[in-house]
Amino acid sequence: MALQYKPTRMELSNLKKRRTVAVRGHKMMKDKRDELVRRFISYARRNQALRRQTEEKLQKAMQSFILARAMMANEDVEEALLYPARAIAVDQGVQNVLSIPVPKLALETKQDDFVYPYGFATTGADLDTAVQALAEILPLMLELAEVEKATSRLADEIEKTRRRVNALEYVMIPQFDEAIHDIQMKLEENERGNTSRLMKTKEMLAKEAE
Amino acid sequence: MANGKCAVIGDRDSVLLFRAVGIEVFAETDGERANQIMHRLARTGYAVIYVTESLYPHCAETIAEFSTEAYPAIIPIPDALGSKGIGMKSLKENVEKAVGVDILSNS
Repeated sequence: MALQYKPTRMELSNLKKRRTVAVRGHKMMKDKRDELVRRFISYARRNQALRRQTEEKLQKAMQSFILARAMMANEDVEEALLYPARAIAVDQGVQNVLSIPVPKLALETKQDDFVYPYGFATTGADLDTAVQALAEILPLMLELAEVEKATSRLADEIEKTRRRVNALEYVMIPQFDEAIHDIQMKLEENERGNTSRLMKTKEMLAKEAE
Repeated sequence: MANGKCAVIGDRDSVLLFRAVGIEVFAETDGERANQIMHRLARTGYAVIYVTESLYPHCAETIAEFSTEAYPAIIPIPDALGSKGIGMKSLKENVEKAVGVDILSNS
C-alpha cells in the first residue's frame, strides 16, 4: 500500500527526513539483532550443557531416593522429610542483556553448612546419599534456571527485532522511496508544464507585437 | 539483591526429596490444580518454580503469561520416572525461533 501524500516540496522534504530516520533505525536494529543472536548462541550452548548435566544428576538423586523409600518404612520417610529444612537463601537480582532484564540467581547458603533436617536413627544411608546428591546439584539447578530464562527471553526479543528489521527493510523504506520518486516526478512534470506554457505565452506575445 | 524463594511442583515421589534441601514442595499430580498453584506462586514473588515434566504441558497458560517477565523462571525438571526430553525440546524451540535452524543438535 502506498503512502498518502500531496505532491509538494514541503511533503518531499518531510518524506526525505523520515526516510533518513528509517534507514538509520534499520541499521541500528540490524546491529542489535546481530548482537542478540551472538549472545543467544552462547547462552543456548550453556543452557544445553547445563540441562544435560542437571537432568542426569537429578535423575540419579531421585533414583537413590526411590531406593531409600523402598528400604525404609513409608512413615519413616515421611516423618524424616515432614519438617522442611532451613529454606535455602537465594540471591535474586536482575541483570541487563542489551536492555532485556534477565534474572540473576546465586545460592547464598554455603555447601559446608548443609545439615540433614532429620535424625539418623530411623533413616537409611540411601536417603542421606539422595539428599546429599540433591544438595550438590542445587547451584547447578539455579544456574540452569537463570540461563534457561535468559535464553527464552533472548529468543523472544530476537524474533521481535527481526520482525522490525524486516518491516523497515521491506515495507517502510521502499514505501518512502516510492513516494519520494513519485513526488519528484510530479514536481518535474509541473515544472515542464510551466516552462512550455511560458514559451507558448512568449510566442503569442511576440505575434501580437508584430 | 533481594531474597528469592524457590518452589517445586510435582508428584510426591519425585519432589518430596526437595524438602530436605530447603526448597518448598507442592505435591500435585493434577494438571489443572498444578496450574493454579503455579499461578499463585508466580504472583507471590517466587523467583524459581521447578515443575516436573509430566505437569509442564498442563501449565502452558501460566508459563506463557510470565514468559515476558524476568521473574519467575519456570523450569521443567525430569521426574522420578526419567526425562521425557521436554526441557530439551523447549530449548530447541527457542533456538529455532531465534536462529531459524536448530544449531545445537549436530554439535
